[in-house]
Amino acid sequence: MSETTSSKHVSFLQYKGKYKGILGWILSTDHKRVGLLYLYTMLVFFSLAAILGLLMKLQLIAPGYTIMGPQTYNAMFTVHGIIMIFIIVVPGLPAVFGNFFLPIMIGAKDVAFPRLNLASWWIYVIGILVVLTSQFVGGWPDTGWTFYAPYSFQTPANVLPALFGAFILGFSSILTGINFVVTVHRMRAPGMSWFKMPLFPWTLYATAWVQILATPVIGITLLLTVMERVLGVGVFDPALGGDPILYQHLFWIYSHPAVYIMILPGMGAISEILPVFSQKRIYGYKAIVLSSLAIAFVGYFVWGHHMFTSGMSGRALYAFSFLTFIVAIPSAIKVFNWVSTMYKGSLNLQTPFYWATSFIFVFMIGGLTGLVLGSLATNVHVHDTHFVVAHFHFIVFGGTGFSFMAALHYWFPKMFGRMYDANWANTGWAVFFSGFLTLYLPMFYLGIQGMPRRYYDYLPEFHGGNIISSLGAILMIAGAMIIIVNLVRSSRHGQKTSDKNPWGGRTLEWETDTPPTLENWDEIPNVTEEPYEYK
Amino acid sequence: MILGASTFVEGVDFAFMFILGIAFFFLISITAVMIFFIYRYNKKRNPKATQVKDSTTLEITWTVIPLILVMGMFYYGYVGWIPMKKPPEEGVTITSHARMWSFSFEYENGRVSDKLYVPVDTAVIINLNAMDVLHAFYIPAFRIKEDMVPGLANNRTWFEATKTGSYSVFCAEYCGLQHSYMLSEVVVMEQDEFWEWYHDPDAMTLEVPDDADPAILGRQIISSKGCTACHSLDGSSLVGPTFAGRYGETITVITDGQEREVLYDEEYVKRSIYDPDYDITEGFRPGQMLSYEGEISEEEIEFIVAFLESLNE
Ligand code: HEC
Ligand code: HEM
Ligand SMILES: [Cu+2]
Ligand SMILES: [Cu+2]
Repeated sequence: MSETTSSKHVSFLQYKGKYKGILGWILSTDHKRVGLLYLYTMLVFFSLAAILGLLMKLQLIAPGYTIMGPQTYNAMFTVHGIIMIFIIVVPGLPAVFGNFFLPIMIGAKDVAFPRLNLASWWIYVIGILVVLTSQFVGGWPDTGWTFYAPYSFQTPANVLPALFGAFILGFSSILTGINFVVTVHRMRAPGMSWFKMPLFPWTLYATAWVQILATPVIGITLLLTVMERVLGVGVFDPALGGDPILYQHLFWIYSHPAVYIMILPGMGAISEILPVFSQKRIYGYKAIVLSSLAIAFVGYFVWGHHMFTSGMSGRALYAFSFLTFIVAIPSAIKVFNWVSTMYKGSLNLQTPFYWATSFIFVFMIGGLTGLVLGSLATNVHVHDTHFVVAHFHFIVFGGTGFSFMAALHYWFPKMFGRMYDANWANTGWAVFFSGFLTLYLPMFYLGIQGMPRRYYDYLPEFHGGNIISSLGAILMIAGAMIIIVNLVRSSRHGQKTSDKNPWGGRTLEWETDTPPTLENWDEIPNVTEEPYEYK
Repeated sequence: MILGASTFVEGVDFAFMFILGIAFFFLISITAVMIFFIYRYNKKRNPKATQVKDSTTLEITWTVIPLILVMGMFYYGYVGWIPMKKPPEEGVTITSHARMWSFSFEYENGRVSDKLYVPVDTAVIINLNAMDVLHAFYIPAFRIKEDMVPGLANNRTWFEATKTGSYSVFCAEYCGLQHSYMLSEVVVMEQDEFWEWYHDPDAMTLEVPDDADPAILGRQIISSKGCTACHSLDGSSLVGPTFAGRYGETITVITDGQEREVLYDEEYVKRSIYDPDYDITEGFRPGQMLSYEGEISEEEIEFIVAFLESLNE
């Protein structure tokens, strides 16, 4: 295992290319460096948006003015939502771990189009900068991340840069999608047939298709909105003869599948981690693959469940409700398979395992409350209330966020050649997990009580739930800080390791050097076994 | 569950109980199984994993059982919801007008109120009219919610209240700055009480006791019509200019793109209320305030003016 680092075996972190210093990173086409560029960018913007979230919760700790006025609050949930959705969870795991590990896990030296890959990071950064200009020119947008017409045409706030920035970010997403589809089709190592491919690449593949097919719809919608604001073309604005409900359809035709862009790769990462920490084959490999594809496919046809009260026709509504329940099934299948994977395993209780099992728990809460939203009678009552806020935080933050943290701890030694401090990592997880539940569980109750969302102020009857929730936010942010500080510190000063396979994994990334060399392999591996063949 | 006071409550709450019951069952049992596995099969207790073969029977079982259960959820959700979509022929019809950031309710006899008064045990049909942007008409105690979409004709909802009392009405669709202050109340009255209120001859004309202070009446109109959502009384600018300390001043406005000076007097106030986009106060935007023509009488404007004047004291 401890191969001496000959001159050929320089890790990708140390490798010196055409450019030196920071240029060697931001101009590098190495998929691993691109992955880390995404990671660092996301870390910065996640922290920013998390602080906005905390400030909102502090405002809501008591009725009336607490720390900010309504204009600031409205701008904050908008910017918070835009950053979290378009900059963090949509690129999410594919941009970081997909870029880093997809080629390695299928035994390739890089993605199919390395330059396009770097370009997608640059487009991403440009998109972010355009979004951010809205802060400096004319005030933050205050429409909510959904930009619903016709308010988005009437508000004096500066929504154009935010819309245009989101439009640019879409291109970055499409390019990553194209790159991954081609990589998976063309670059698998000899012997790796489709059904010998590990599950994380599978989910990346399913996700990539959604990115390619759904993102153009939001692109067109956002562009039409820009045109409407600038030129007054009158597609969505009723004052100009347009139809605001059409806007909602177009918006959700993308944004619902986007939820699966966010969550599928997370499910893939969990499906990698559980077998390793159980030292056991994943239970129901094929069921997980097929259910991922089913989710990606059926996910296109359920967007209407965001619009049950919008004034759409009745028959369309129950079709959407029905399909929503159908799309719940593949997720349920996955949960059963994950839990069964632990049965008779030899469970190695380490930080990635804690994140993975708590992922299953919060994901179940997110999914089961989704059933309340999918059913017509109950949806009407809780739609656009805090119930929905709790539900989507459980799914996107609980689901995508927890799986991201699981993946980050799991692959950390491989990526940095150092180990994180396990005690701090576990403490951070425990604090974060308790904070998370205290923050979001009361919101379900508030929603059932009838407290609408996007609410700067509220009636006294909603005070109790909000106090608990706000205290939870403080606890959770404390946990997040422990985790981030620990990881950042460990990436520079953690215990050095060159152990190729610290957890005893069976997928290909555990056969390369730690950290991998520039081209990952001296010799492309030959795959003979199915993944997860534990003996 | 929470307070309920309409005929829909039973169906909706049953769907809630059905779904949440199953949800809790699965959440608790799967979590318990996970915890048991962690206890039983952790590395210390179980150093060597036993490989287990996939079972198609098991996969099919845990596909089919959830499928049946969610079909049940779909069914009860549908059953609880369908009455909401079928307003009866007969009933009290009221039009709700929503604007940034207030509701008003117009009855068939022309009576307008900022609170929604309805009779108990009677079908009430609400036509939903949004005047500017999207709003949503939400009464948690009745379990109804429907978006109010500008330009959408025949948009309506209905309910039949089962208990007298007053309940909150919220705007559930984000509609800008004061969205969280866009609320009202529905007052459910005994039927005879309601009809008495409805036919109250005095209600149609503004009731002015001889000794009433016109400034106080003006203050009441300003709050009941929702003007204070946009106009502060303390000198700060909200969406519109403040009311404080402006009456009698000479101010700058934009008329037809031309800047000009006008006197802030009764004439100006009346024009601002009936035709707000004629003069645009410098530093503010047209199209925010909608005309109150037909909603606020000239007599009422006199009281508003008296109130504005009193702010200078
Ligand atoms: C949706 C927000 C909004 C509401 C509600 C609203 N206004 Fe306005 N109002 C404005 C804006 C914006 C302006 C400035 C632009 C203009 O002149 O049209 C304005 C201007 C005025 C002016 C001229 C003030 C000045 O200083 O030049 C008066 C008077 C006025 N409104 C009265 C009222 C009254 C009375 C009501 C309630 C019946 C009301 N407004 C409701 C937004 C609103
Ligand atoms: C870090 C801690 C976080 C806190 C304290 C927080 C808190 C909040 C609060 C208070 C709101 C406003 C709710 C409302 O009234 O509508 C909100 C909205 C939202 N949050 Fe978070 N959140 C956090 C993390 C996240 C994450 C990780 C994501 C995405 C993955 C996310 C996505 C969103 C979205 C999309 C909205 C809706 C914005 C809108 O209504 O336009 N949040 N959050
Ligand atoms: Cu959706
Ligand atoms: Cu509103």
